[in-house]
Amino acid sequence: MPATRKLAIFLKPYWHWATLAPLLMVLEVSMDLLQPRFIEHIIDEGIAKSNMQVVFSTGLWMVGVAVIGLIGGVGCGIFTVLASQNFGADLRQTLFAKVQALSFGNLDTLETGGLITRLTNDVTQVTEMVSMLLRVMVRVPLLMVGSLIMGYLTSPRLAVLFLVLIPVVSVVLLRVINRAYPLFGGVQQRLDRLNTVMQENLAGVRVVKAFVRTKHELGRFQRANADLTDHNIQAVRTVAVTMPLMMLALNTGIVAALWIGGVSIDNGGMQVGQVVAFINYLMQALMALMMISMLTMRFSRAEASSVRIGEVLASRPEIQNRPQAQAEFAPKGAVAFDGVTFHYNGNHGDPVLKDIRFSASPGETVALLGATGAGKSSLISLIPRFYDVANGRVTIDNVDVRDVDEATLRQKIGFALQESVLFTGTIRDNIRYGRPDASDEEVAAAAQAAQAHDFIMSFPNGYDSIVGQRGVNLSGGQKQRIAIARALITDPAVLILDDSTSAVDVETEAKIQAALAKLRRGRTSFIVAQRISTVLAADKILVLDDGRVTAVGNHAELMESSPIYQEIYASQLDNGVVIDG
Amino acid sequence: MAEKTTTSHREEQNRPQVDLATSMMGRRGPGMHMTGNIEHAQNLSETVGRLWGYLRQQRATLMLAGIIVVINTLLTLVGPYLLALAIDQYIIPGDLPGLWRIGGLMLVVYGANSLTTWLQAYIMAGAAQHTVRALRNDLFARIQTFSLRFFDTHNHGDLMSRLTNDIENVNNVLSENVTQLVSGLLSLVGVAGIMLWINWRLALVVLFMQPLLMLTVTRWVAKNTRVGFRDQQAALGKLNGLIEETVTGQRVVKAYSREPLVLADFAADNQTLRRAATKAQIYAGFMGPTMNFISNLGLAVLAGTGGWLAVSGLATVGTIAAFINYARQFGRPLNEIANLYNQLQSAVAGAERVFATLDERAELANAENALSLTELQGDVVFKDVCFGYDVQTPVLKGVNLHAKPGEIVALVGPTGAGKTTIVNLLTRFYDIDSGQIIIDGHDLRQLHRHDLRRQLGIVLQDTFLFADSVMENIRYGRLEATDDEVIAAATLANADQFIHRLPQGYETPLSERGSNLSQGQRQLLAIARAILANPRILILDEATSSVDTRTEQHIQEAMLRLMAGRTSFVIAHRLSTIRNADQILVINHGEIIERGTHESLLAQQGFYYNLYTSQFRATSSAAVQPQTAATVQAMLPA
Repeated sequence: MPATRKLAIFLKPYWHWATLAPLLMVLEVSMDLLQPRFIEHIIDEGIAKSNMQVVFSTGLWMVGVAVIGLIGGVGCGIFTVLASQNFGADLRQTLFAKVQALSFGNLDTLETGGLITRLTNDVTQVTEMVSMLLRVMVRVPLLMVGSLIMGYLTSPRLAVLFLVLIPVVSVVLLRVINRAYPLFGGVQQRLDRLNTVMQENLAGVRVVKAFVRTKHELGRFQRANADLTDHNIQAVRTVAVTMPLMMLALNTGIVAALWIGGVSIDNGGMQVGQVVAFINYLMQALMALMMISMLTMRFSRAEASSVRIGEVLASRPEIQNRPQAQAEFAPKGAVAFDGVTFHYNGNHGDPVLKDIRFSASPGETVALLGATGAGKSSLISLIPRFYDVANGRVTIDNVDVRDVDEATLRQKIGFALQESVLFTGTIRDNIRYGRPDASDEEVAAAAQAAQAHDFIMSFPNGYDSIVGQRGVNLSGGQKQRIAIARALITDPAVLILDDSTSAVDVETEAKIQAALAKLRRGRTSFIVAQRISTVLAADKILVLDDGRVTAVGNHAELMESSPIYQEIYASQLDNGVVIDG
Repeated sequence: MAEKTTTSHREEQNRPQVDLATSMMGRRGPGMHMTGNIEHAQNLSETVGRLWGYLRQQRATLMLAGIIVVINTLLTLVGPYLLALAIDQYIIPGDLPGLWRIGGLMLVVYGANSLTTWLQAYIMAGAAQHTVRALRNDLFARIQTFSLRFFDTHNHGDLMSRLTNDIENVNNVLSENVTQLVSGLLSLVGVAGIMLWINWRLALVVLFMQPLLMLTVTRWVAKNTRVGFRDQQAALGKLNGLIEETVTGQRVVKAYSREPLVLADFAADNQTLRRAATKAQIYAGFMGPTMNFISNLGLAVLAGTGGWLAVSGLATVGTIAAFINYARQFGRPLNEIANLYNQLQSAVAGAERVFATLDERAELANAENALSLTELQGDVVFKDVCFGYDVQTPVLKGVNLHAKPGEIVALVGPTGAGKTTIVNLLTRFYDIDSGQIIIDGHDLRQLHRHDLRRQLGIVLQDTFLFADSVMENIRYGRLEATDDEVIAAATLANADQFIHRLPQGYETPLSERGSNLSQGQRQLLAIARAILANPRILILDEATSSVDTRTEQHIQEAMLRLMAGRTSFVIAHRLSTIRNADQILVINHGEIIERGTHESLLAQQGFYYNLYTSQFRATSSAAVQPQTAATVQAMLPA
């Protein structure tokens, strides 16, 4: 379990508890192991010799030993919980902090869903495993070895049975596990498949109904269901062999012990109590063996979780502050791209942006236009340094963005992303997300500029309406407008709107544009849009095609010089209209 | 969107794990029932009765299993008795031939015991799995019949958990617990009987002491853990909520440099969980050692009293040896039945939820003598149609429209005006409140729903893709289409190019929500799907909103050719998308406020005119102003 072992450092601060727990477990197990010897003593010394004194005192000893065992067990439990829960909490905290430190590039490869599973499910799995490790992993082998030793001490002759039974049982268990393990993997796969079909039918219910595919989907589900059923039956039946075989081995052992013991007692080499005690040890040893085999399987699952957690912990944020990064930065907003080339996957594969050069003066509005996949979003995500360039440099006021502290840089940039994610909480809190100290008036002003004020006020609770599953349902366009207000309120030197009005109707968008025009004064704005109306008023329009800037200029200039721009323009207005610049 | 993703992660976490270790054990470990919230069934007898309805199909198998369980339990009881016999009658007197004989008998009994244990598990596995399979099929088939209203009002995560967790609980109970319960009860009675028969004095000691102690301890621990686990569960839920939300919106967190604040929130919630979990787990941890203690104490008392009785001549050594075994056999089912009670409760509660879903009303039924129109002309009339998704808020108020075969009808208006609702009614995803929708002269409600939908091609704004190859995703439009037809449709939709650039072309597998494609690319696939379906009426609901305008234009040209002679409904914000329409209907607040062609509407200088000229007026740059005015002028008829 190499990945799990790496996580052991999180147990270090709690080493005293982590050591105490197994020690106390040793106490409990030792006490358990003593009990059969006491029974033997009662039978052979007490009953056989009709010595009531021995029977009672031994009985009292047994109670005393049981109490000590109880103390050991409870203590072990408490310390195990303390160690494992603290371990889990620390691991979760570190992992979460690590996720916070990751940059966009890391997030792209690790994927949101994967990260959430790691933070929740995987951490729980590993925590549970630590808890089991401290509790059972000591208990079971100890019980096993202890039973063997005690069994030998009770009767060396009967102990020969161990030599036969343990290898036989081990082989049986190993064979069943080896056969069952892939079977259960197969069951899990089929179960996932079935769930996928179900999930698709829930999420895609409109498509299923619109294309009248109910029969098709039923067939798909029934096939997946039958497949799961078959595999499940096969797997369950395979493991169903284990218990009966184990019991058979154990019981055969008991009969053998009786025979051997019977002969020995007959010729005076042994006493009845010894046989009874030995049978007890035999049971404990075989049960322990079975437990070990089960724990191994549990651990292999936790190991998979450890590997996934380790992946996140080991990933290095692609973007890190340089040692001499500027902590103070008050730019006017002169943005320049100087021969920028950029790839998403490290620095190999096709570049998404190739040799981009342009500059924007403070206060200018720059619009980006181009086909789906031309590189518009990639370009603007380099300004707040969401990604690092492969070649060239991006500067703000002639300072390379890589020379500024990450947080400082982003505080100067307002960004409304393509997908408007809002957080649970009030609308007000969402708008002032980037500047929690913003006053209510400032919030309202930003909302007004983003044309969000009116619809917000139409909710019964206005700005205090809760966003999220139990709160008001916002349409895509409404979410986008709140996201724009959120970007505006930070009063950034550079404002970036990444296709952030795509779900807003044209009229509202026009109002937003008008309001922004006022707010844009004194700050540099970048606008990505599909609609030409959005970009008409820009000081500078960059036309992107396949990762290159193919034309730069204002509307009038581009209408003359850029065929692509003309085509885009024409595609949105009447084909027949000819406009002379 | 954010909400949807959240649900999916939750589903992922709910994903049941197949547990080999537990299956090998054949039973859940002690204390297992303590970890979850204990649920209680509402209507036990009715739910069990309905479950029996499913089980009845396996009647013969179940009878056989029942007989085997009884035999198995009896054999389990005989074992220790023979052990006592062997010690008392043969070993102590030194009767070696007798010992060989009884040993042989014991081997036979033990062998038969193992055989029946295996048989019972083997048989029940089949019976349980087939029952659960039938239940799952019924549930899925039922869900397929529900109307969209149902999916609007039910959380998808909840429905998923019916199919996974709830049915899994039923499965566990059927495959393991039922036989356990039967054999547990039988053993309790049997063990008690045999113990009383062998030595009633010793039996009374075991019978009183063990259950009393066990129940007391279980109750005490359960009482304390219940509160603890509730706190732990609440803290965990809160923390997981925070994790989901933050990680889903991680890019926003970074864009606004909120990491320190988020970390502080997390640390606080994590601390709460740390405390709650530690407390709850410590209490739960008492269970194991205490049970062990009781078992040891029982052993001590048994040995003590047994010894005393033996010395007094009221018991034998063999009896004590046998009682040690019996005491264990008595304690185990006792513990198991306590566990089973809770598992049964939660399984029945789960089955109850499954049945409740099965009882939901199905989609608006087809009319008695529904017409089967196989070839629609595409003449669509809305007459005074009124509709609301819920009773209080009407969405459409008296909508009238008439689309003749072959026409392109554009629906225009602000977000939330009711455009998509018109589409939803036309496809009969919902039924109207009043008025009438007439297709080819027939009331929509008189038509067979499936025949109707088969002739409608719908492309929605939010494109749904299946976890399958690109090829199969397009083929969904017409299952019997050949590969060449699929490729032809993709080419028409302008999707062919980008598909060729995918790593495996048409065979590239798409992830569940198609996240390896851009929004625009997904829309192109959906359009290809609709083209392949070759519908009589085409409905495009913002189908190209994320596609760049040049590509959109190419698609439109292709569509126009394809749809010649067929009726189309188009919803779009973009002027370019709708200007070619035969009719433009301007919708605001659920009413059609203007109608006409692009030119006539511009000439009216009303709502539509404002909608599409305001953008030019709003631009502030003086340099652009005169030119845009010219554009508007050019768009107006002379």
